[in-house]
Amino acid sequence: MSIPPSRPAIELNGVTKKFATPNGGIYTALQDLDLTVAPGEFCAVVGPTGCGKSTTLTLVSGLERPTSGTALVDGRPVAGITAGVGFVFQNDAVFPWKSVLDNVAAGPRFRGQGKAAANTLARDWLRRVGLAGFEDRYPHQLSGGMRKRVALAQSLINEPEVLLMDEPFSALDVQTRSIMSDELLSLWELTRPAVVFVTHDLEEAIALADKVVVLTAGPGRVKATFTVNLPRPRNAQEIRFTDEFVGLYSEIWEALRSEVETAYARTTARSTAQTPDRPASSPNAQVA
Amino acid sequence: MTTSFQSTATSVPADQPSPARRRVSARWRRRGGIYLARLTLMAVLIGGWQVGVNAKWIDSFFWGSPDGAYSQLKTWILNGTSQGSLASQILVTLQEALYGFLIGVVLGVVFGIALGRNQFLSDLFAPFIKVANSIPRIVLGSFFTLAFGYGIKSKVILAVVLVFFGVFFNAFQGTREVDRNLLSNARILGASRWQTTRQVVLPSAFTWIMASLHISFGFALIGALVGELLGADQGLGLLIKNSQNNTDINGVLAGMVLVALIALVAETLITLLENRVLRWRPPQQSADLTVF
Ligand SMILES: Nc1ncnc2c1ncn2[C@@H]1O[C@H](COP(=O)(O)OP(=O)(O)OP(=O)(O)O)[C@@H](O)[C@H]1O
Ligand SMILES: [Mg+2]
Repeated sequence: MSIPPSRPAIELNGVTKKFATPNGGIYTALQDLDLTVAPGEFCAVVGPTGCGKSTTLTLVSGLERPTSGTALVDGRPVAGITAGVGFVFQNDAVFPWKSVLDNVAAGPRFRGQGKAAANTLARDWLRRVGLAGFEDRYPHQLSGGMRKRVALAQSLINEPEVLLMDEPFSALDVQTRSIMSDELLSLWELTRPAVVFVTHDLEEAIALADKVVVLTAGPGRVKATFTVNLPRPRNAQEIRFTDEFVGLYSEIWEALRSEVETAYARTTARSTAQTPDRPASSPNAQVA
Repeated sequence: MTTSFQSTATSVPADQPSPARRRVSARWRRRGGIYLARLTLMAVLIGGWQVGVNAKWIDSFFWGSPDGAYSQLKTWILNGTSQGSLASQILVTLQEALYGFLIGVVLGVVFGIALGRNQFLSDLFAPFIKVANSIPRIVLGSFFTLAFGYGIKSKVILAVVLVFFGVFFNAFQGTREVDRNLLSNARILGASRWQTTRQVVLPSAFTWIMASLHISFGFALIGALVGELLGADQGLGLLIKNSQNNTDINGVLAGMVLVALIALVAETLITLLENRVLRWRPPQQSADLTVF
């Protein structure tokens, strides 16, 4: 897949994000992170837990500001909530007191569209995510997979140029997850936003993405970037048995494994003895 | 200062009457049994009391008797009370409690959400509200009676004061407890601050607010009755006080029955409202303390 030569949809330059911890210290979640995503590109981000994947997304969306460095979306510095950005959250974030239809229509309604027009549009999107007939249900009356579809429709209805997805399928069982992966790809083909897709699942990352970015154990920075040259349209369920896929998998896993081990060692060490946060010391190899 | 009001908020009860329509017939059969058991219990208690009075084990001068209270009620209904018709007494008290309740709830919700959403306002008002809350509010009744007279106004104001704090603390806490994910999602979807307050904060805080409404009507009724005891020319509180002054224990009992009926009807209405407003919530098991 060739990347269009226009200006990047997302550009993070030397981004550092620090948080104040409850006990008065400072925690560095991201350190000098560089990330570029082209328009229409599907970028998967993997990394050990707590390495700053969600934080990266909040910087792109404008929910948080970087402590230093710059975040650009469509060439403009992020200030306030970035227009044209959709966000599918790690935890359920559909509104439990709104019906499925009202949840999906929420974006257009917030943006000033009339009720009738918003509802027509919402019905369209509900059909696209396979939830026609569930308009009047409340979220608690849906399965976890259906709620994720509502969240997807809720984001996509605004036709974002940038779609941020934070482990959207991690709460789903394996079968549902692979079905949702395929559905996501066909939905993505409809409007072709630039996607940043955070996941723990390396298979999922490779099956979906044009490129896979591996982050280091916290503080997060880019350890390596891998280009995925598998043909599209893809079938996420079948593609994982090809030789190319298997080769990529072991290559990326090699990069990821040491970070996962570092993160794991650190959490177990921290739970026995309260060690202060280390400054960035992990090697920062730039592969691919 | 972020959670400075926390300790005072009523916790959200885990039990909610479930609107589930499943297994209706089984439920009704079970419910029928419960109603029967409740009626039996009441009959035994009241009947036992009456039997005790008839057998002279219980001194009805000090303790009253069910048939005495009943005949007092009948007299009031048929011949009116010393202060006018019984209906008008009930209406006056009901009016005071209802106005107090509505005004107190609206003020409590508005202030609770405004302070919950705005750090500056909450920092500004927190000490004043804490001080005001620590005053035993019943003593304000004497003040209001002197300041606003024997009419309905002083009772309404006392009821407002009693209702306000409970609702305020719950609305405030409910506002602070709103899921941050939902707030972020609303912002990303393009909601303005007002839209977020109206469509995310308010419905979310309603779980907390509804919990406080149940006790709030009780407070409003207390405000109305205490106001009447302290000085009034109308109302059930006055009726009870006059009975007390005449050492008419059956009159006091009859007044209590009327007050209890009002409270029960109000509680039922509030539960209905709750089921309607919170119908988006998953039904919960075992509604321990539902009356109906
Ligand atoms: N608001 C905050 N205040 C303080 N620390 C924070 C805050 N948000 C995140 N962190 C810390 O920053 C680090 C990165 O968090 P982040 O949520 O981005 O991790 P993640 O990579 O998404 O992890 P996971 O895969 O488990 O979701 C974590 O160690 C977390 O404790
Ligand atoms: Mg995360």
